[in-house]
Amino acid sequence: MKCRKCGDRAVLELRRHNAAFCAADFVDFFRNQVREAIRRYRMFERDEHVLVAVSGGKDSLALWDVLLEDGYRTSGLYLDLGIFDYSVESHAKCEAFAAAHGAELIVVRVTEEIGAPIPVIKDVTRRPPCSGCGLSKRYLMNRVALERGFSVVATGHNLDDEAATLFGSVMHWQTEALSRQSPALASTHPKLVRRVKPLYRLSERETAAYAFLRAIDYIVDECPFAKGATSIAHKETLNRMEDASPGAKHNFLLGFLDRARPAFERVDAVPLNECARCGQVTTGTVCAFCKLAERVKRAG
Amino acid sequence: MKVILRNPRREVEVHGNRRVKDVLRELEVLPETVLVIRGDTMLTADQMVGGDDVIELRPVMSGGSR
Repeated sequence: MKCRKCGDRAVLELRRHNAAFCAADFVDFFRNQVREAIRRYRMFERDEHVLVAVSGGKDSLALWDVLLEDGYRTSGLYLDLGIFDYSVESHAKCEAFAAAHGAELIVVRVTEEIGAPIPVIKDVTRRPPCSGCGLSKRYLMNRVALERGFSVVATGHNLDDEAATLFGSVMHWQTEALSRQSPALASTHPKLVRRVKPLYRLSERETAAYAFLRAIDYIVDECPFAKGATSIAHKETLNRMEDASPGAKHNFLLGFLDRARPAFERVDAVPLNECARCGQVTTGTVCAFCKLAERVKRAG
Repeated sequence: MKVILRNPRREVEVHGNRRVKDVLRELEVLPETVLVIRGDTMLTADQMVGGDDVIELRPVMSGGSR
């Protein structure tokens, strides 16, 4: 198989684009896709300081690498979830990446913020671990960004993540979730920081390939709590569809964003308040994070 | 040839020469879900492997709360 651009031996075939690339031309292709995402959704400007949420995995470190290579001013944010050796290893990967690139890495420990690590939160809530984990991540990303003066947080969500989320929302016709699904979530309150997903045009196989070709040392093993997660089941379903019909995931997500999403946008925006305890944004009186912290405290 | 799989980590011995896509089919692995790595390079589906090759099928799927 030959590279579509230069004719050298290809290292990766992209069936959905009916193309194959050599290492150098794939890296170019990848970076151009990120640039297109940033441009199309006006994710951030050249002079903005971007907080990149990093987990030690391929997606977030690939994103940070692209932004650094393109000359953006960035800092990394690592949230230590306290998930046994997995968190120890993923933290080490982020520290090593930041040190090698001379970049700032902010570390926040969930245990210090909420009173317990994710494995304990899972037991306290008796809900799937991804539930408390996702809630804590979204809350802390926003709060850290606000406290430190960042106007935008970039996450490593890729095309597969977004297509799986969309699939889940459609399966249950969660119309509110459909209205919120976007590669760029604008700040709709002075205490809500803009959130953007510059990898939404790239599949997770492509981000893995970019990380490999750029010799990024990322954590390959899955989070021990991801086994059995609904998002994984949705991804597996979509991958079988992709195998039968290359481009299925791309068409599903980008078709929704271009043609279907406007139909779900809410005219009557949900009123936002400030949490009576922490001051962060919530739709109620006390935010979900503070309620979770309270439950952890009571159980402790 | 030796094929290394992950999550959980295990090794499978595959005999004879064949194309990468045939190895994946035999092991019931969807091409979209892995990178196929030999040494310091990635392989495309049409490439031949066999003999003393050591091939890693590196999963690309991540999940849970994202």
